[in-house]
Amino acid sequence: MALFSKFGDVRTALDLLASDGRSPFDVRFDRIISATEAVLESRPCLLFGTNNYLGLTFDETCIAAAAKSVHENGTGTTGSRIANGTYCDHALLERRIAEFYGKRAAMIFTTGYQANLGLISTIAGREDQLLIDADSHASIYDACKLSTAEVIRFRHNDPEDLARRLQRLKDRPGNRIIVTEGIFSMLGDSAPLKEIVAVKRELGATLVVDEAHSLGTRGKKGRGVCEEAGVENDVDFVVGTFSKSLGAIGGFAVSDVPDFDLLRILCRPYMFTASLPPAVVGSVTAALSRLSTDASLGARVRLNSAKLYRALALAGFELGPEPNAIIAIKMPDTGTAVRFWNRLIDRGVYANLALPPATPGSLSLIRCSVSAAHTEAQIDTALSVIVSVGRELRVLDSDPEEAPVLRTGSLLT
Amino acid sequence: MIGNANNIEAEIIGLLARKVPASISVTPQTSIVGGLGLDSVAILDFIMDLEDRFDISIPLDRVAEVQTVSELSQAIEALKRTAG
Repeated sequence: MALFSKFGDVRTALDLLASDGRSPFDVRFDRIISATEAVLESRPCLLFGTNNYLGLTFDETCIAAAAKSVHENGTGTTGSRIANGTYCDHALLERRIAEFYGKRAAMIFTTGYQANLGLISTIAGREDQLLIDADSHASIYDACKLSTAEVIRFRHNDPEDLARRLQRLKDRPGNRIIVTEGIFSMLGDSAPLKEIVAVKRELGATLVVDEAHSLGTRGKKGRGVCEEAGVENDVDFVVGTFSKSLGAIGGFAVSDVPDFDLLRILCRPYMFTASLPPAVVGSVTAALSRLSTDASLGARVRLNSAKLYRALALAGFELGPEPNAIIAIKMPDTGTAVRFWNRLIDRGVYANLALPPATPGSLSLIRCSVSAAHTEAQIDTALSVIVSVGRELRVLDSDPEEAPVLRTGSLLT
Repeated sequence: MIGNANNIEAEIIGLLARKVPASISVTPQTSIVGGLGLDSVAILDFIMDLEDRFDISIPLDRVAEVQTVSELSQAIEALKRTAG
């Protein structure tokens, strides 16, 4: 069909990816057993690529809250937040999120993608300039497309480069809006927020931080990298998602900025879509309560992440720069990455395959995500499978006879 | 000297030639998006190198308007003029 002829290269690339086994874009789980286990292709499978950082998808209180909400308020709201789609529970969840962050106001969105899309595209007007980290998530890039502001990328996690780019704008009218992320989704590295805040203070700008991957996984209270870096008062807007640590779907933005509520009637991705269904609002409210009251969840995901990261590094893999709940294993090329990913599934470990152009620096990655719910035995099993495949595909060149014992339990003692 | 369009164009061609296989010949008419085998992120990263080289910022909407090396050179020249 002529209409689709422009996608010819995509079809070729997709067919090539699938020729090595299964299509990376068509994985179908037969059944999800728990936060860390599933049945895939009729075989049991450990889940190491689900962003389920706190393992709350099967938490009993969250399931009970979802069930209660669906029974009381039905399966869907069938309307937008500004029409018939705001229930008391939506407003309650917004208050809870604002309280959790110690901010004046919160808005919830139907997805995390829409939270970035809506907030960023609305606050950045025609005369303004958006300065975004080069490795920003697609939702931030798409927000930039929707916005009428000028968009400039700064080098990834490079506050000096950000400062240079802000300096170039110094005589221009308009507001500068810096956008970065707490933890970046591909390599699992975190932003140098103290230094970025120093640049913001010196040169004057508004700062937006997306804590999608750091809510629940970083900071004493689980509020993310902003909390850990002690810069929460300097961050004007925090954006986040309910689809990772909070185990459901949805997004949010919090702020102390006066008139934040005006966004409710300015922000198109908030206004022109149906609101979150009651069951999701119920489970997210319960999950936020679990996160707020149980510090062991965050501690466990950090411990598990450190264990797997150290063991993989010790085995000789080249990894992302720091141990976070996202652990990226760098592959020598795309073909090896695809084979690696297929063999992991063949042996009962599901991780994510991340390929260019969705990755920084044209890297091909096996992207693992770690959960507080992973047991030590599950981490050991995954590690053993990953190392074994690494040797088979010669991503690792060490002789198995001489390799160190790779039980994670021994690494932290 | 850098303000001269031909010099900017020559410099872009020189920098691009280091990024792509030797079999690809880079000329002023080469399409940046389709003609170099670079993915969208690699192109944006190359634009960032040019921003540093010429001490300007090239907004993403300007990048989207550019098809060829020659057009990129003209955009940079215009931005340099604006930056004074």
